[in-house]
Amino acid sequence: MLRRYFPSLGVILAIVAILLCLPHFYSNQSFLFNMMLYLALAEGLNIIYGFTGYLPFGYVGFFGAGAYGAAIAITLLHISPFFGVIIGGIAAVLIGIILIPLLRLSGAYFAIANLAASQALYFVVANPSLEKITQGPYGIDLSSVYNADASYYTMLGVLVFAMLLVAYMRNSNFGLSLLAIKEDQVTASLAGVNVVKARSIAWMLSAFVAGLSGAAFGWYTAVFYPSTVFSLDVSVFTIVFVLFGGIGTVAGPLVGTLILYSMYNFIGISTPQYFQLFYGLLIIVLVLFLPDGVASILQKGKVYVP
Amino acid sequence: MGGLLDIEVLESGYGSTQVLWGSSLSVALNQSVVLLGVNGAGKTTLLKTIVGLLGAWKGRIVFDGKDITSLKPNLRIAGGIGYMSELGILPNLTVEENLELGGYFRAEKDNRKRAEEMFEYFPDLREYRKKMGGSLSGGQRKMLGVAKTLMSSPKLVIMDEPSSGLSPKFVKKVIEVLRLLHEHEKLSMLIAEQNVSFLDFAEKIYILDKGQVTFGGDVEQLKGNDTIRETYFGISH
Repeated sequence: MLRRYFPSLGVILAIVAILLCLPHFYSNQSFLFNMMLYLALAEGLNIIYGFTGYLPFGYVGFFGAGAYGAAIAITLLHISPFFGVIIGGIAAVLIGIILIPLLRLSGAYFAIANLAASQALYFVVANPSLEKITQGPYGIDLSSVYNADASYYTMLGVLVFAMLLVAYMRNSNFGLSLLAIKEDQVTASLAGVNVVKARSIAWMLSAFVAGLSGAAFGWYTAVFYPSTVFSLDVSVFTIVFVLFGGIGTVAGPLVGTLILYSMYNFIGISTPQYFQLFYGLLIIVLVLFLPDGVASILQKGKVYVP
Repeated sequence: MGGLLDIEVLESGYGSTQVLWGSSLSVALNQSVVLLGVNGAGKTTLLKTIVGLLGAWKGRIVFDGKDITSLKPNLRIAGGIGYMSELGILPNLTVEENLELGGYFRAEKDNRKRAEEMFEYFPDLREYRKKMGGSLSGGQRKMLGVAKTLMSSPKLVIMDEPSSGLSPKFVKKVIEVLRLLHEHEKLSMLIAEQNVSFLDFAEKIYILDKGQVTFGGDVEQLKGNDTIRETYFGISH
């Protein structure tokens, strides 16, 4: 039934309308771009963490793989930046496929192994002996194809794609099968769910979203270094935003990112000392009183969160 | 043998511990079969081997004319086996979601229709459809487990101790519902139990003891067997 998608689609339309209109009133395009970036990453992480329970601390690995995959396609193969973004997404999926065996691990072991994998990728990319391909530690320069507006709307497209994916998972049998896997793999397989296949698909979709985001970010920023696109801050920010908003819904990660990323920009950049204090307190409060995120307040009150 | 399910000299176990020592049994189409055995007899091991959660060390499992001995569990389920474990449901999904998951292979429209049929058999579930599985009572959970298993309209339903953890009143209710389902839907069933009340509607009974099938026959034959009567009914001459 299409009708069950209506609430999720409503949220997506609202976000798109805001992001299409805002540039006409608000001139800080860089802030809007980064907001979209984290909204998309939050939804991407939601796919794997919210629906299957795997917490990928190395999520930034896909982001970096996307940025470099696109950059290599653009600089060496002379592909147009738009298709470069898609190739960035595919590069992240390829890394995801290599890392599928990690899904056999669970809990902290998975988180640590994934973190290590992302760092390994960072050291490979930053290796000076690969200078001809990745430019090693000297960074990538895409200024010849720089186009702020085109990359802005490409990022918006990536965000819409990520939100639609989560909407599909929130309302489909596939999403339900993932939730079943998250809870009890044996019971899921006894309902006929192919556990290995379903969680691998979720993993690759999640990687694809991070790869597309990384690629769009690389295009928008034009100049970046391995330390920029493999920075652990990307993983940590995304995870905190998702946990703050609430997992398993379309709206939860959006709310978390909108609140926390705005706060980071308005307090964090001007007065970082207060920001750290405030963020720290907020996380303590979150863990103590709202372990399931802001969306859980509504859910406890029996309100449907799209 | 040519039944719906034929188990031929099956051996299996956990790690290096062998539990099943050459068990054979068969379930015919539309037949209700009860597998009786005390704790530790190997009932759960046998059922888990049939659905593929445990590998068969030796022997063959033939279902619906096909050898499924080395098939993955999800493919056995897709092939028409419904399995209800002792726990049976997912506590963090709603009653409706549990049922939807039960009908994972079917179209949404068919699922809704089937869920309505299930609500006819289990009126309590209709009332609690939006509630989490974990918030139901033990008896209601068991009913949800049965309904979830039947959502896919399986050719054969396998149940592991549907009476475990239930009060005698609820055991009676479960038996009543299973009897109704067997009559109305011509269900083929293989139920592992240690509660002899289930023998009431069993058309065939097997007894599993120390990993081997020691008896196969109907209720009358069972009651005529002195040793068995003593073990399970506590009556001796």
